[in-house]
Order: sequence, then structure tokens, then C-alpha cells
Amino acid sequence: MIPAPFTYHRPKSLAEATGLLVDLKDEARVVAGGQSLIPIMKLRLAAPDHLIDLAAIAELKGIARGATSITIGAMTTQAELINSSVLAESVPILRETALQIADPQVRYQGTLGGNVANGDPGNDMPAIMMCLDASYRLVGRAGARTVKARDFYLGTYVTALNAGEILTAIDIPVPPAGHGFAYAKLKRKIGDYATAAAGVVLTVSGGKIQTCAIALSNLADTAVAADAAAKAVIGTALDRTALSAAAQAARGVMAPAADARGTVEYRTDVGGTMVKRALQAAFARAKG
Amino acid sequence: MTTTAPTREQREAKLEGMGCKRKRVEDVRFTQGKGTYVDDIKMPGMLYGDFVRSQHGHARIKKIDASKALKVPGVVAVLTAKDLKGVNLAWMPTLAGDVQMVLADGKVLFQNQEIAFVVANDRYAAADGAELVEVEYEALPVIVDPFKSMAPGATVLREDLIGKNTGAHGPRKHHNHIFEWVMGDKDLTDAAFNKADVTIKELFSYHRTHPSPLETCQCVASFDKIKSELTLWGTFQAPHVIRTVASLLSKIPEHKIHVIAPDIGGGFGNKVGAYPGYICAIVASIVTGKPVKWVEDRIENLTSTSFARDYHMTCEMAATKEGKVTGLRVHVLADHGAFDACADPSKWPAGFFNIVTGSYDFPVAHVAVDGVYTNKAPGGVAYRCSFRVTEAAYCIERGMDVMAKKLGLDPAEFRLRNFIKREQFPYQSALGWEYDSGDYDTAMRKVMDAVDYAGLRAEQAAQREAFKRGETRAIMGIGVSFFTEIVGAGPSKNCDILGVAMFDSCEIRIHPTGAAIARMGTKSQGQGHETTYAQIIATEIGIPAADIMVEEGNTDTAPYGLGTYGSRSTPVAGAAIAMAARKIKAKAQMIAAYKLEVHEGDLEWDIDGFRVKGLPEKTMSMKDISWAAYNSPPPNMEPGLEAVSYYDPPNMTYPFGAYICVMDIDVDTGVANIRRFYALDDCGTRINPMIIEGQVHGGLTEAFAIAMGQEIRYDEFGNVVGGSFMDFFVPTAVETPKWETDFTVTPSPHHPIGAKGVGESPNVGGVPAFSNAVNDAFSFFGSTHIQMPHDHWRNWEAAKKFGLHA
Ligand SMILES: Cc1cc2nc3c(=O)[nH]c(=O)nc-3n(C[C@H](O)[C@H](O)[C@H](O)COP(=O)(O)OP(=O)(O)OC[C@H]3O[C@@H](n4cnc5c(N)ncnc54)[C@H](O)[C@@H]3O)c2cc1C
Repeated sequence: MIPAPFTYHRPKSLAEATGLLVDLKDEARVVAGGQSLIPIMKLRLAAPDHLIDLAAIAELKGIARGATSITIGAMTTQAELINSSVLAESVPILRETALQIADPQVRYQGTLGGNVANGDPGNDMPAIMMCLDASYRLVGRAGARTVKARDFYLGTYVTALNAGEILTAIDIPVPPAGHGFAYAKLKRKIGDYATAAAGVVLTVSGGKIQTCAIALSNLADTAVAADAAAKAVIGTALDRTALSAAAQAARGVMAPAADARGTVEYRTDVGGTMVKRALQAAFARAKG
Repeated sequence: MTTTAPTREQREAKLEGMGCKRKRVEDVRFTQGKGTYVDDIKMPGMLYGDFVRSQHGHARIKKIDASKALKVPGVVAVLTAKDLKGVNLAWMPTLAGDVQMVLADGKVLFQNQEIAFVVANDRYAAADGAELVEVEYEALPVIVDPFKSMAPGATVLREDLIGKNTGAHGPRKHHNHIFEWVMGDKDLTDAAFNKADVTIKELFSYHRTHPSPLETCQCVASFDKIKSELTLWGTFQAPHVIRTVASLLSKIPEHKIHVIAPDIGGGFGNKVGAYPGYICAIVASIVTGKPVKWVEDRIENLTSTSFARDYHMTCEMAATKEGKVTGLRVHVLADHGAFDACADPSKWPAGFFNIVTGSYDFPVAHVAVDGVYTNKAPGGVAYRCSFRVTEAAYCIERGMDVMAKKLGLDPAEFRLRNFIKREQFPYQSALGWEYDSGDYDTAMRKVMDAVDYAGLRAEQAAQREAFKRGETRAIMGIGVSFFTEIVGAGPSKNCDILGVAMFDSCEIRIHPTGAAIARMGTKSQGQGHETTYAQIIATEIGIPAADIMVEEGNTDTAPYGLGTYGSRSTPVAGAAIAMAARKIKAKAQMIAAYKLEVHEGDLEWDIDGFRVKGLPEKTMSMKDISWAAYNSPPPNMEPGLEAVSYYDPPNMTYPFGAYICVMDIDVDTGVANIRRFYALDDCGTRINPMIIEGQVHGGLTEAFAIAMGQEIRYDEFGNVVGGSFMDFFVPTAVETPKWETDFTVTPSPHHPIGAKGVGESPNVGGVPAFSNAVNDAFSFFGSTHIQMPHDHWRNWEAAKKFGLHA
């Protein structure tokens, strides 16, 4: 439970941080809230020689509402997401999800950027970013680029982030007013990652589902979008048949691991149940 | 202004004696972070030890190479079995009469077993060193399933025991067998089964778990070469036993060993035993001449220092068709792991498992327990229960439910028909115990009334119909549990640990001003002894509890005692307190008689002093008596006012209780929502009702955890699955159900103040209440028994098995 030795750096600007990352090469790792990285360092599953703390970089913080989108700085903590009235109003699924992450202590430290950059399928925010069709701003010494959340996750702990890059902010298109949303997460206890979880964002018009996005946490080697499941409910009033079809379709993209949370069969089945429950809750909340 | 003399009520209240909800005095420091725990101890030049642990469940050690570790700056030494052999400490005796490797000697027998001890200037260097010790293994076949231990060709686990056909507890039937322990009358029991109208037979497995106290096991050993004295601070539930064992092992004379248990952050049985960490720290201190600290981390705690349960109980019960039990037969396969290090009184290899007849009037019974070795961590501690009592309670309480179902009787009704009746106490059980007192009927009926049991059953029937109609996806379960504990070990005629009789002790010293200090042979780990012990003294000799300091844990100053576990502190040490107080009171009475110029017999006790019978204004308070005792005692009387008592209890005490749990299980997710939990405890005389309630809340929370998910599991390769707080279920306030508590009072007739002990009852009675509720829910759909733990996925599996997903 004691990490291997490392050198600690605390850059004041993004440029300084990206510079350090390049100069110190592979042996350097950025640390945000440390709530995922420090535990694995204590287990010595990660042993970076250099830790570059992003905490002192002002430009990585803050929540800004634009005309059609919201930009959230990577170093915004999960607690700040919960306390933001802007987010509660425009993208309430972020608050609902953040409240289901870990416990208050972890959320005061843990950041949104760390949560989405980590690449662990157990993180809750990646699926939500897929539902919202968010994009990530990545900055390296060579320049900046943008990658969609849906294209970011390549495998467990493998993402589109290149060596030397830092995720600086997340852009989220603001969903239409009156949209329905829900994050249904089954876990064993407070502080646990999901046994199975599903996020849903949808719109309703004339009692029928107009648009829908569904994504899943901890049910495959990365967060996954369940597009076929979403398609199965579009145009319906979410009757039993549509619900079952969505659950079935979602189970098709699941490939959970067997662990202490349960067998593959259980986690897949209950994953479908989470899809149903999230759909029902989102549908009930939607106006139109 | 006129001052009126305080009323009797005011004088009583000022004492804060027995029955008072006195606030815990220790919390003043605990809630401010001002406790002193082992890890708070820092000494000049102190070194730190860290273990290299086995990656394998079973392997031969081909080579240990510490050369790289020794090059890490700050690393001072690396100890292996080879070094320990030099001082004859590569192996150590266990409390159960077996031996255990301190550091791997030739092979390892469980994952995370201690292989080498790296000693360094700081904790970080020690960890870096441990990382670099290279161990070459040759993997051996692994046994994790106790049912496979005694297979004919099973791999030999304990090569050191080859050829030893007799162990500490009699003959061994197989090279992986430890002992067989048998109790009761086999022939009479067989006869009862032959005659029975109805019988049941069911395997109840009580899975392996761990006490997981907040503070892990740790120590600081400091050997003074000049004085040849060893000081050992540690997380010890039984400091004197540790001193005696340390002396026997190290050959350091006992008076030159100072064992100190400072504040302890929870024990629950985990801190009774002696662990390799203690031995290694001592040896390292002797070798280096410096103090050495060893502190376990959480994973080490969960996977190496002790475990609890792992009892596989085949329960057979016989009954008449009218619903009267006529016989009980239980066979237990007990998985003790790699070394038999169970912390039981030495003559009781299966603890007090023969309490398995529970609260019921079984005319005959027979029990056999087979202990076996496997490639798992050693331990077998009493996790918040008296020795193997929670296993026994689980066995009988599940058995009663299964039998009730077979008879078509309600489980509560079936229990009422078979309770030992109030007038049968003292009651001789078929398996050899003498139950001291009880009133089971009253307790059971009080709980049934409080929850409207009949109403709950009606609601359950209606809910079941609604479920069948598809209106709900939840099924309701009602769990009834009635337990009888056996605590307060114990009478010297049948209880000892390595030959040390299980008495306990108290020394009380009254100071001239009437304040006092009491020193004890027990050791609180959070139970609140500093608060409650003072309350006993307050009531016994009329000194306010606030004026009494209770001190435990320093073997130099405390009288010899056997420590705190098995709910023994109040039954044994609590009795010693009362007896010591009464010696003081007798002397005080002589002093008061002399001062008041009357005969002793003319005096009567009155709250906080003596008064002359018939002359209520002629009084002498304990405060004044204390001054007189030192400064003007009667002629020919020694000055001073103090007493010591060593109490050897005549019998155990038998607390009991009735618990009812109501839950709804979502068949689609397996999530169980505990709707209600009602717990009635009868622990005899109640010393501090607030502390009792706290104990019950804590014990029920552990019971909830154990029954609903807490587990130390091994995969087939011998890897521990879930040996960290990521998976090991310790509920937070969010998951913990709301507890409703209640009580009856049936004092122990043989205990000086009638107290029986309560700390462990809720764990013992709680586990079957939860498990019975889950099993009750599924029993209406064709299930007889579902094994614990009842976590989400297993509940879902049960729902699937019994067709509830259709
Ligand atoms: C007890 C406990 C329970 C938890 N439960 C949950 C849960 O239920 N759901 C959940 O989603 N999470 C959970 N977490 C994880 C928590 O949300 C973390 O905060 C989060 O996963 C990572 O955020 P962080 O800021 O702590 O990042 P860090 O731990 O500091 O970093 C995580 C990884 O991301 C990288 N990284 C961080 N920031 C950036 C960036 N800006 N650019 C590029 N790379 C970056 C780091 O190099 C590291 O590899 C839990 C954590 C704990 C300790």
C-alpha cells in the first residue's frame, strides 16, 4: 500500500505541463484528483517516475455555458458538477450521474477530466458523454485536436489520448429543453463501481420517443453506446414490447467480466434491466 | 441563601451508576482524534518492517534472494526462516495446539503467507525492499475446498506432520485431518431419529469472512540490550496472554517483558491471536537493537491475520408430527486453513459449538466436528461471537425454519412450541451445558406483538398473490431468529488458554479524597469499558463514576487477566469488579462503624455511604470514609483502601434474544431492501442502556454485512478473491438498515450483579434473522435452503432457479 518512489511536479500552465510530459517521456503521468491513479500506484500496478499535478493550472477549471453547448474544464471536480446550477438546469443527467459516483470524499477530489480520461469501463461519466455526444479537447505540445467521446475509448485503459497529450475540456451540446434523461446504476454499496449501469437521453413528441441515445457502464471492456437499443424505442410510446426489444438489443453489445459482483449471465441480464429502468425514468421525465 | 441537602434521587443521579445512560468518557479523545493507537507511537531510531508475501496458495520455495533488496537505501536487514531458525522461532505454537510457520520454511501454504521480513529506516524503504526480494517458487496442487481435503489421493499440505497420527485433540484420520470432536449421546440420538415422525437433513454452509476492524493488527517491539528487557506495544485483545506467550517463546523472563495495548480501533476477535508480525518485530528489535514497528495494511489484514467461520454444517433434526423436536444430529466440516490457529479455549477445538441445541428443549443430540487443513489463511477467530457460537446459532435457526416448513407450521409458532420453559432453568442441555436463566416465551411474544407478526404474514400472502398476478417484481421475506448465546469464558474447570485458566481480575484503589482508579485484566477495543466499569463501582461503593479512572492494557500495572473477546468482559471482569468493590465496602463499613461509634451490624448502606439503622441523620459518606481510611483508621487496622479480586466464574452466562427481519427482494436485480429489523436482547442486568444499544447497532450491522455479502473467497488456484475493501462488503450508513431495539431483563443468578454480556449477541442472532428472511421469501416458491452470503447476484440466481423471471 505504499507507492514506488516518484518525483512530483506542479506546473502552473498548460504549456508547462505539456512540455514536462514530452521532456519526461513515458515515465511521466498526469494526476488530476488522484482518486483512480493513486490507488493503483499504492498497489504498485502503476509506478510512474514523475507525477505531473494539474491542480494549479487555472485554465483547466470552470463551467461555461455557450449558445448551443457547454464547456467544462477537465479539472472541474465531481462535487462542482453536483453544485452547478447551470448544469442542473441544462444537462441535469450530469448531476444525477455524479451523485452516483463513489462518495462525497472522492467527489471533492475526483475530476470530470480524470473520470473520462481514465479509460476504466467502471467509470460512470464516459457512457454519459456518449449519450450526450460530447467531445474532448486534447492538447499536446504539437497542438490541439478534438475527439468525440464515442470515438475515444479503444479498450480497457486504452484511449485515443496520445502520449504527451492532456485532456483540457469537454464540450457538450446542450440537449433540447424538456428532454428526458436517467442514469440507472446498480451497485453493491456506496463507493462501488457499477454491477451494471445504463444512461439514457431522449426526447418525446406527441407521446412518442423522437430521439434517443443509450450507453452502458462496466458492461464491456469500455463504456459502450447501445445504438440498436436506442433505435428499438424510437417512434414508440415505450410499450412493453419496445422495452424488451431495447433490453435485448443492449444485451447484444454487452461483454461484462465475471467478478465478485456476479456472473457474466447475471451482469448481462441485469444490464438489460438497467436499460429498461433508465428508459422508463427518462420517458416519464420527458415533456412532449 | 439556604442550601438544602441533596435528595436521594440527586445523590443517585450524581453517581451515574448502573442503569444510567452515561456518555462514553473515552469518546472525548476518540472524537477529537486524540486517541493513542499503536501507529501513533514513535520512538527515536525506530525501524519499520514489511513482509514479502506468497503469490501462491501452495508452493515449494526454491530460493529467496534478498541481495537487491539489501541494496535499497535505508534497508537494514531482511529476515527469512533461516535467520529465525537460529533463535528457534521459524515456527511458533498456536493457541489451538498446532504449530505455524512464522516465515515460510521450505514451502508456502496459503496466498499472502509471510516469506521474508524487510527491516528499514522508514516505511517506504521497507516497501521498496520487499518489492525487490526475489522468491523462486515451484507451484504445488492447491486445495481450497474443505470437502476435497480428505480425499484419498489429496496432496499433503502439512509435511511437518507426516507420520503424526495424533494431534492436539486426538487421532487424525488423514494427512489433511486436524481433529475430530464429538459430543452427546449417539445411540440415544439414533434411536430418536428411528422413531421420528418427521426428519430433515440439510447442509448449511457458513462462509469464510473476516472481522476487519478499522485499525489493522500492528505492534512496536523495543528490546533494551542493557536491561535485557522487551517492551511490546500492540493491538492486543489479551495483553497478558501475549506476555506469557512471548516469554515462553523468547525465553525472556516474564517480568522483563512489558506488554502495552494502547487504544485499539476495534478487534472483533482479530486481535486475540499471536501473528508472525509480532514475532518478526521482536526478533528484528533484538537483532538491530532498535525499536521496530510493524503495521499491516488492509489487504494483509483481510488475507493473512485470521479469518472467521468457514463451517459446513450438515444438520439433521427429528420431530413429532405435532411439532415437538425429539433429536438433533449435526456434522461439521470445519475449514481451518493452513495451520490450526483457532483462538478457542484450548480444550475446545470447535469452541462452544455444542450450544447448537439453541433455545429448544431437545431431549437428545449428537455433534461431530472434523477440522481439516486447506490452502487458506489460518485463524478461525470468534468474529464478534463467543467461540463458534454464531455458527451454532445459524445452524439451529436455519434448521428450525426448514423443519417448520416441512411440518407446515409457522416458524415462530414452531419455536414457541419447543422453547425451554422459564421454569426449566437452570437447564441441562443434551450437549452438556447448564443454561443459567431465561424467559424465551416472553421475549418472543413481545417481539411478535411489536411487529404485528400475524399482520406481516397476512401482508406477505397478499404480496405473493400480487407477485403472481404480475403487479410487483418484489417478494417479501420474514426472518425469525431466536438465539441463546454462551459467553463469559470461563470457569477454570473447563476453560484455559495454553494452560492459563480463564479467570479475570480487577484492582481498585480508593484515593484519600474519595476518587479511585480501577485496573483490569481485560482490554477495551471500543466497547466502552472506561465508562461502564466505573458505573459498576459507582453503584457498588457510592463513588461517582466521574471520579473513577479505569485503566487497562499495561501488563506492568494491570492485574493478570485473559482479555476481552467472547463477550467475557462483563461476565468475568465485571464480576471481579463487583467482588473487589465489595471487599472495599466491607473495610469501609468497619471504618464507618468505628467513626460513628456503633457496631458494624448497626449500619446499613445508603447510596453513597453508610448510615446508622433507625438514625438516618447519622451517616458517613464514602468520601469521608476514604479520608479516614488513610489518615485515621481504627486502631490495629492497616491504613489504605484498596482491593484486588480474581474471579473464576462458576458458570458461563447465557444471554438470549428474539429478532425479526422483514425484507423485500427485487427478483430482477436480486437487491434486498431491509424494510424492518426488530431486535430484542436480554443480557440480564443492564449497566449502560445507551452502550448496549450501540453494541446492538454495531453487531447487527456486522450481521447484515456477513449475511448479505461479506465474504473472503478463494478461487480454485488458491487466489483470494475480493480481499480488499473494493469487494469485501463493509456497509456504509447508506446501506445499513434502521434498527429497532428492545429488551427484557432476566438476570444471571450466579453473577454478582446479574449481568450476562451483550457485545456479540446481535452478530450471533442477526445473521440467521437475515438469512431466514431471504430463505423465507424463496421458500414459498419451492426453495428449502439457499447458502449465504445473500448478495445481489446470488438472490438473482435463486429467483431464476425457482422460475421467478418467467
Ligand atoms: C472509493 C472509490 C470509489 C469510486 N467509485 C467510482 C464510481 O462509482 N464511478 C466512477 O466513475 N468513478 C469512481 N471512482 C473513481 C473516481 O471517480 C475518480 O475520481 C476518477 O475515476 C478519476 O478522476 P481523478 O480526477 O481522480 O483522476 P486521477 O486519478 O488523477 O487520474 C486518472 C487517470 O486519468 C489520467 N488523467 C487525469 N486527468 C487527465 C487529464 N486532464 N488529461 C489526461 N489524462 C488525465 C491520469 O493520468 C490517470 O491515468 C472511485 C474512486 C474511489 C477511490
